[in-house]
Amino acid sequence: MSDAFITETEIAGAPDGPLAGRTVAVKDNISTAGVATTCGSATLADYVPPYDATVVERLKAAGATIVGKTNMDEFGMGTTTETSHFGPTDNPAAPGHVPGGSSGGSAAAVAAGEADLALGSDTGGSVRCPAAFCGVVGIKPTYGLVSRYGLVAYANSLEQIGPFARSVEEAAELLEVIAGPDERDATTRAPPDAGTSTDDRRGAERSTDGRGAAGASTDGRGDVGTSTADLRYADAADGDVDGLTVGVPTELVDGADEGVVETFRDAIGELEDRGATVEEVTLPSVEHAVEAYYVIAMSEASSNLARFDGVRYGTSGGYDGNWNESFARARKAGFGDEVKRRILLGTFALSAGYQEKYYGKAQDARAWVKADFDSVLSEVDVIASPTMPVPPFELGEGLEDPLKLYLADANTVPVNLADLPAISVPAGETDGLPVGLQLVGPAFGERRLIRAASVLA
Amino acid sequence: MSEDAVSPEEVRHVAALARIDLDEEEVDRFAAQFAEILGYFETLDSVPEVDRDAELTNVMRPDERREPLDREAALGNAPESEDGYFKGPNVS
Repeated sequence: MSDAFITETEIAGAPDGPLAGRTVAVKDNISTAGVATTCGSATLADYVPPYDATVVERLKAAGATIVGKTNMDEFGMGTTTETSHFGPTDNPAAPGHVPGGSSGGSAAAVAAGEADLALGSDTGGSVRCPAAFCGVVGIKPTYGLVSRYGLVAYANSLEQIGPFARSVEEAAELLEVIAGPDERDATTRAPPDAGTSTDDRRGAERSTDGRGAAGASTDGRGDVGTSTADLRYADAADGDVDGLTVGVPTELVDGADEGVVETFRDAIGELEDRGATVEEVTLPSVEHAVEAYYVIAMSEASSNLARFDGVRYGTSGGYDGNWNESFARARKAGFGDEVKRRILLGTFALSAGYQEKYYGKAQDARAWVKADFDSVLSEVDVIASPTMPVPPFELGEGLEDPLKLYLADANTVPVNLADLPAISVPAGETDGLPVGLQLVGPAFGERRLIRAASVLA
Repeated sequence: MSEDAVSPEEVRHVAALARIDLDEEEVDRFAAQFAEILGYFETLDSVPEVDRDAELTNVMRPDERREPLDREAALGNAPESEDGYFKGPNVS
């Protein structure tokens, strides 16, 4: 079996639909009825969901064939896919290197041609990082565009399910299928200008309010209570960037690896050749994004993962002693190192006497990051940076130093803090290793990102 | 558990709050790693206070009866169940 998958299967979709004849790999933290969904964790090694995630229902209805459940960092906690209980995944685009994480198996499956398309989840870069490391396209949608119903929660306020493909247009086709409100996820909403063809053009809708109310869906198109909102993305992949303004934040380029920056500059040059204008911008708040992200993600994880008590599902802690003793044994046996580390640090950050110092300040930093992005996106159409400041790590290279790995997320986590959409598209290679270019746009500005990124892939 | 050192006792305390048993070896390793990671988180001190004006809207739906998950399916992943209920450890 390919090391991109934890489970290989074949779930047939409807006989026809927009994805008929296409194969899709699904990250193993997205529930599939009757097919094991492990989250890369020992505790869920035998867990078989009794229902489908909304995105899986939509894949089936669109005619896709699901070919397997992909390897991932345990519960999405990692940047390399090496924290999986089921072992590492090699990088098909750079053998001997990690595929990135946490959705490393999904990116690897697409890069190796084992699936046409894949779904991952992105809490702080978990779609964009593996897309960059494996030389494929990955989209992190605007918070609220894609239903999280059936996604096993790690950090609810940050995460979105997103597509992988070998081209921007194919990724956009998959986004079309999974996007749109779902009454089973109350944080979903219809884009304010759902599906119109002019909203993504230069300068248009720059003032789009990233936090517009759910009521903004009174556009007469989709019904919020139903499953589809007639969203169109694929037809935006026409490579027309004439007149587009691209902002490059110095903070997200300065610290990056030299070869990565060179590859990034060349790719930006291709956008300029097609008529885009590039200017330097500044995002001072991102200096604090990594620590804010980790405090918030770990705090939410400590609460979300409290459900794994070994009673309703997961590794049992046995029946000796009391409830607390049994839980503590179940969690010792079921969780790996990185998951324990994050639950403990999150518990600490929320504990009496420390909550304001860590969690409170992290929320301040999050609000600052949001304001900073909104301000820059009122001046430029999209923000560009290298997706990852470094090329793919060698397998085994970083596991002993958690802080080093956290810092590699510097360019991706600000986007989750700001609830914005982003795309990672192949920019080229440095010393034979893939480099990704990240574009960030205003809330629900996916069409603009797809149009710009389609110049490159 | 701030500033510089993180003691093994503090790691054990948090682990007890989180209901995770740890080996002695894990306690020592986490103590060293937490000192470094929390030291890094300290830089949040220099973040200015920011107006958090989240425009949140309640999302409501009619309170109507729906078919729940079938009992057998709900119990299907439990390590043990008894008479149609989850079997848990003693509460006290």
